[in-house]
Amino acid sequence: MEKYTVYAPRLIPKKEKFAPGHRACIGCGEALAVRLACKAFNENTVVVNATGCMEIVASQLPYTSWRLPWIHTLFENTAAVASGVEAALKVMKRKGTGPKAAVKVIAIAGDGGTSDIGLQALSGALERGHNFLYICFDNEAYMNTGIQRSSATPFGAATTTSPAGKASIGQFSWKKNMPAIAVAHDIPYVATACPSYPFDMMNKVAKAIAVNGPAYLHVLSVCPTGWRCPGDITVRLGRLAVETGIFPLYEVENGEYKMSVETPHQRPVQDYFKLQGRFRHLSEADVILIQERVKREYEKLVEKAKNGRKSERAKTESRANTDQVSA
Amino acid sequence: MAKRKGIEVSIALSDAVKLTNADVIAAYPITPQTHIVEHLAELVANGELDAAFIPVESEHSAMSACLGSSATGARTFTATAGQGLELMHEVLYVASSMRLPIVMAVANRALSGPLSVWGDHSDVMAVRDTGWIQIFVENGQEAIDHTICAFRIAEDNRVLLPVMVHLDGFHLTHMIEPVTLPEEEDVSRFLPPNRYPLPLDPVKPVAMGDFAPPVIYTEAKWAQEINLRNSKSIILEVWREFEKAFGRKYLPVEHYRSEDAKTLIMTMGSFSETASLAVDSLRQKGESVGQIKLRLWRPFPFKELRDAVKNADTLVILDRALSYGGPGGPVCTEIRAALYNEAKKPKIVSFVGGMGGRDISVAGFEQIITQGMEIARKGSPNEYEIFGVRE
Repeated sequence: MEKYTVYAPRLIPKKEKFAPGHRACIGCGEALAVRLACKAFNENTVVVNATGCMEIVASQLPYTSWRLPWIHTLFENTAAVASGVEAALKVMKRKGTGPKAAVKVIAIAGDGGTSDIGLQALSGALERGHNFLYICFDNEAYMNTGIQRSSATPFGAATTTSPAGKASIGQFSWKKNMPAIAVAHDIPYVATACPSYPFDMMNKVAKAIAVNGPAYLHVLSVCPTGWRCPGDITVRLGRLAVETGIFPLYEVENGEYKMSVETPHQRPVQDYFKLQGRFRHLSEADVILIQERVKREYEKLVEKAKNGRKSERAKTESRANTDQVSA
Repeated sequence: MAKRKGIEVSIALSDAVKLTNADVIAAYPITPQTHIVEHLAELVANGELDAAFIPVESEHSAMSACLGSSATGARTFTATAGQGLELMHEVLYVASSMRLPIVMAVANRALSGPLSVWGDHSDVMAVRDTGWIQIFVENGQEAIDHTICAFRIAEDNRVLLPVMVHLDGFHLTHMIEPVTLPEEEDVSRFLPPNRYPLPLDPVKPVAMGDFAPPVIYTEAKWAQEINLRNSKSIILEVWREFEKAFGRKYLPVEHYRSEDAKTLIMTMGSFSETASLAVDSLRQKGESVGQIKLRLWRPFPFKELRDAVKNADTLVILDRALSYGGPGGPVCTEIRAALYNEAKKPKIVSFVGGMGGRDISVAGFEQIITQGMEIARKGSPNEYEIFGVRE
């Protein structure tokens, strides 16, 4: 779809289900991601929102930016609330007491609400197989409370609770691989996305919604406030995260990996780092260490995607063989 | 006509949930609540109850799934105990502040540590201020009746608050008692379908759970408080309707031989019946003793309580929970506060006992009452008395 750049934007619904007027920071990549994701939702959607930036900026009593049925309760329980909504809709439809249309439940949360405090509830809901889409909008720290590190903060990034100093490199651990954790639940659809690749992201949202069962989408959301960068390079930074191989875009359908954007010639990670204050303190040696790790991780991913293609081919062949037998 | 039969109280309670035709049950197993949720899972598995049973991964998620289910307009039930209730703690406040009519049975259990699966009221007292309607039951029949009433109270559009039905772990949950299970059509007549006014429905989108800045938080909380206080008259109305339909009468403060009694013993839950036997025994010995039992814990029945004790000289209160370093048993402390400004009030003696499943016998209650009378006469250096402890 990226090829039809002139025509494609016209196909995007004009209606804003996430209305303007909310109080997100200038250049907020997460608000952009939510807005674009909403364009891929249909009207028959219930949104379950974790506590976090998107909840705070869009829902101050008595206002709301949401033009969809929306519920926020707590921080760590979003997937559990979503599972209750989904179960209720299912049983009420069966009994003829609920909405007549098929309603999709979409849970949204930040990286802290997903990979830290909400991980247990998410794991439970994925394992139980509820028919819902969970989207993690990952801005790589607890931005709403003032830029504290989460398990999704990248190695070396300075945050208020992983400050860089004489005795500290900043974030001391490598970013938790949430998509891999979701994949380990054997769910039908997992993907990574970034609003810097809007069509890719919207297509993935639409695909995830169409799945009958749990789907997980991990969306990198550039945060100028927390990443210490100007608000007008949000989209560029998202592109750089992908082009450097730091945040690869891929899908995992029924366990089969597939790269969405291939970057065989990756840009050096420094191209991405030098635009952000949170990496300013890194030494050359630190950058080399990270560069090596990024390369290694990317190669591992490409390898998985290759195997995916192989097994895809094997499946097609075995299907062909079956066809011959039955013919 | 409904038949009387011997049945375990947990099973009877879940059969009552079945009679309400609940839509969603989300639960996590914890002793001594397990028999309730096991039987519900079985009823759903056998197709006897058309509901979704969500076997969640924690109590926090159990109550969270209940939030989602209830907000969607489904009739929602869960059950827990002790540590499970504590793990739900923050979610309980959300259920009441979002006005979600969830019904929960609590098989009252002690809190760790040391670990104890046995019964007391430490768990109830820790969730006192969560904004739920809270009702104590004392036997199997009451467990059935109040579970059915709880749905009607919670879902009444004048109330729309969650309700906890407290039944003592083991002492009640695991007893086999003769009970009468109402007929399904009688329950359907008594309990109208759940009509939640503003459910999550794409036809009419609503935003639930917005955050409140200081300019509106107090108003939101005050509206919730008024609503909980006002729910008392509807609770009483539902209990009157229940009496009309099923012939069993319930009051916020129950009485036993209390009218002319100079000394009153006050209890909650399953120990009440044992205490009644002690009252009989002391009456036979010529003591002027009676009993009151607290059924409605929240909203607190101030008027009924003041009326119940106004002619007594001594009020002995047994709490099954400690308030560490505090002024006495939690219930006793509240009652002292409720009576403080009354011109005519009894002397109040606080006892704490029956913790972590420790039983109190009839003789034990006799001892509590007589010791209480003595303390009322002579005074005591203690804030409260602990009963039956080995030093």
